[in-house]
Amino acid sequence: MSQVPAVPVRAPVRRRSFNLFDERNARYLMPAPAVLAIVGMMVFPVVYTMWMSFQSWFASSPKGPIFVGLDNYVKLITQDARFSGAFVRTIVFTTLAVGLQTILGIAMALVFNEEFKGRGIFRSLFLLPMMATPVAVSLVWLMMYDPTSGLLNYLLSLIGQPPSIWVADQSIALLCLVVVDSWKFTPLVMLIVLAGLSALPTDPYESAAIDGANSAQLLWHITLPLLRPTIMVAVLFRSIDALKTFDSIFVITKGGPVYASETLNIYSFIQAFEYFNMGYSSALLMIFFALVMGVSVVFMRLRRVSW
Amino acid sequence: MVRPKWNKALRRTFLYAFVVFFSAPFIFVFVWMVMASLKTQLQNTAIPPLLFFEPTLANYDKVFNRTPVVQYFLNSVIIALGSTGLGLLLGLPAAFSIAVWRQHFLALTVLSSRILPGMSYLLPWFILFSTIRQIGTHQAVILSHLTVTMPLVIWILIGFFEDLPGELFDAARIDGCSIYGTFMRVALPLSMPGVVVSGILAFIFSWNNFMLSLILGGSAVRTLPVAVYSFMGETMIDWGGLNATATTVTLPVVLFVLIVQKHVVRGLTLGAVKG
Repeated sequence: MSQVPAVPVRAPVRRRSFNLFDERNARYLMPAPAVLAIVGMMVFPVVYTMWMSFQSWFASSPKGPIFVGLDNYVKLITQDARFSGAFVRTIVFTTLAVGLQTILGIAMALVFNEEFKGRGIFRSLFLLPMMATPVAVSLVWLMMYDPTSGLLNYLLSLIGQPPSIWVADQSIALLCLVVVDSWKFTPLVMLIVLAGLSALPTDPYESAAIDGANSAQLLWHITLPLLRPTIMVAVLFRSIDALKTFDSIFVITKGGPVYASETLNIYSFIQAFEYFNMGYSSALLMIFFALVMGVSVVFMRLRRVSW
Repeated sequence: MVRPKWNKALRRTFLYAFVVFFSAPFIFVFVWMVMASLKTQLQNTAIPPLLFFEPTLANYDKVFNRTPVVQYFLNSVIIALGSTGLGLLLGLPAAFSIAVWRQHFLALTVLSSRILPGMSYLLPWFILFSTIRQIGTHQAVILSHLTVTMPLVIWILIGFFEDLPGELFDAARIDGCSIYGTFMRVALPLSMPGVVVSGILAFIFSWNNFMLSLILGGSAVRTLPVAVYSFMGETMIDWGGLNATATTVTLPVVLFVLIVQKHVVRGLTLGAVKG
């Protein structure tokens, strides 16, 4: 804020003497309700999930939880092919989606960093894919992927290609979902990179121009290295969220066909709310949780090094 | 830099070509959604897909008058307003406290709540809420959405409170204002834009939420996204009706996004990027 605005304080503000206890402890009292909410709604559930992961319990059965130690984990890691498949798919999905979004996002940012009429309108429109209700846009994608009347097969036929069954095809279902995720979040990467571009210093460009650098060299040797921290932020946030992608996968394929697009989030959901296998699902969630945390920590480390 | 004129014109043309090429797919999906909501089932399944057709409002009529979509809409509004209000109530003082007393640990805790998968909250809550028979109530869904709204409010408001000059708080204190008075009478009024922005973003994220509402709302308290999903499960997919519902869910979001557009990226990256 550059200017100090007028403060609408009526004097004298004081109506009663301070309660000294409240005043001294304001730093604990003010955040207390939020802290209570965090403990109650986030910390406790995670601790409970951890406890539940050592139990065997079907919510559908009248019998209570039975302590089974590490059995759930052992079973997941050594016997459950569906789990290892979901684990690999989660990483493949995240890598492909974030990779595609980052490359496309940077390319688009370079285009939209140029001055042209109506740039502001385009920038506003680009906010819509990432903010629009995920279930609603997933529905439109499902309609476009429809094997009989879908728009995409029509487009294929225009360029003389045979129709595809898209999300019903085990070999490309996950890729179709990568496309949907990239449709939603490429604009986010683009906007983050645009913010980074607008904050770049001009000096390096001037000296490079004097040295006779061409625009490709400017891009590769100056712009991209200077943008590295910004790109890292984009990759960090996108990776954390892409690992947890739920809505679009659940709505479009629900992990199918067979398990071809089932990620850890979807598999744990199905274990919990379709099979009611709460202990097993909890163990799965703990592993998933460790994966998300691990990825976040790695990226935060990388960020610290490069900054 | 001096360039020949034709070179500049060529550059312009390429630029506009790129702009159109890159933007078209992102905008088209929304156009297709609205178009499908104005088509009959026959037009929606026509091959080749119709770009020009006689629009009909029959889908909207059907959805609003023959399905409980109005009820679902109300559920969504109640839940989004409730969780946003609660998020502001708890989040505002916490954000002020983090900004004034530099409570980094608390800030990090709030950040980590954004990293945690929603599933790891959902499972315990499902067990808890089913034990106390609260599945399918507004309050259960509102409480669960608080994990989405409160961290968002806190993260956006920390930035706004930190931007206020500290001298203002000192002046209020010298004039005899308590810390709470400083918060209520000085910090809050000056951060109103931030409160509005975070409120709108929190509302959108609650409005859009699917997973928490699906499980905790059950079939008794269906929100609009859950309704769209459950309509899809019907044997004969009614594309027109579905897209009419989808358009109804998306429209308020579009309006809100256009209001807070400058802050959306900041909200999505927890203030890491000042967009």
